[in-house]
Amino acid sequence: MSYPEMMVKPMREDVTRYGVTELRTIDDVDNALGNLQGTAMVFVNSVCGCAAGGARPAVGMALTDNDAKPDHLYTVFAGQDIDATSRARSYFGEYQPSSPSIAFLKDGEVVHFIHRHQIEGTHPNELATMIRDAFTAAAV
Amino acid sequence: MADGMVLHPGHDELHGITVVVAGVSGRTYVGRWHEQQERGVVMKNAAVLEQDAEEVESWLGRLRKFGVPSDHRILVVPTAEFGGVRRL
Repeated sequence: MSYPEMMVKPMREDVTRYGVTELRTIDDVDNALGNLQGTAMVFVNSVCGCAAGGARPAVGMALTDNDAKPDHLYTVFAGQDIDATSRARSYFGEYQPSSPSIAFLKDGEVVHFIHRHQIEGTHPNELATMIRDAFTAAAV
Repeated sequence: MADGMVLHPGHDELHGITVVVAGVSGRTYVGRWHEQQERGVVMKNAAVLEQDAEEVESWLGRLRKFGVPSDHRILVVPTAEFGGVRRL
């Protein structure tokens, strides 16, 4: 079920304000991930207040004052930009879809994944640390 | 919980949490807890391990790493089958 864009817009901006590029179409996704060189984070956004309400600020914290950021920062919005999200997930290999979730890729391969079940109930500070650790792991 | 818009207030503590439900039949159910009703536990995007199909902890380990396959968009574990719950 899609929610009204007016309601979702602030949730998009919670992420894009940190320099994360939103991929809203299949072409956007293919252009970004199709021949990916270097490291990338793909945040699968969601309207879910229980999990995404904590994940968005955690992404922001992880990207703030951090020199170890991936080369590319992307986001898709599950349940809203359905085709783009489905296409993004096609790049995640055997990792199952969930939202919110965060994929970390290096040269097109998923090297780390934070699933929704790892986000649920996790304090944003703790999740930000997990994301920073994943940045480091992806860069190796 | 951090700030953020909660779009489905009024549910119980486990609502939206990915859990492992042990079935008295020996089956194991993993999915997002939606609610507990008189008829049973309603789970979303759930997977089921049949009795003796695989060692449970090995299966759960795979789900922790790769995520939970959404084999059942909505699944009800009957009250008589419910044998306990824990987080994944």
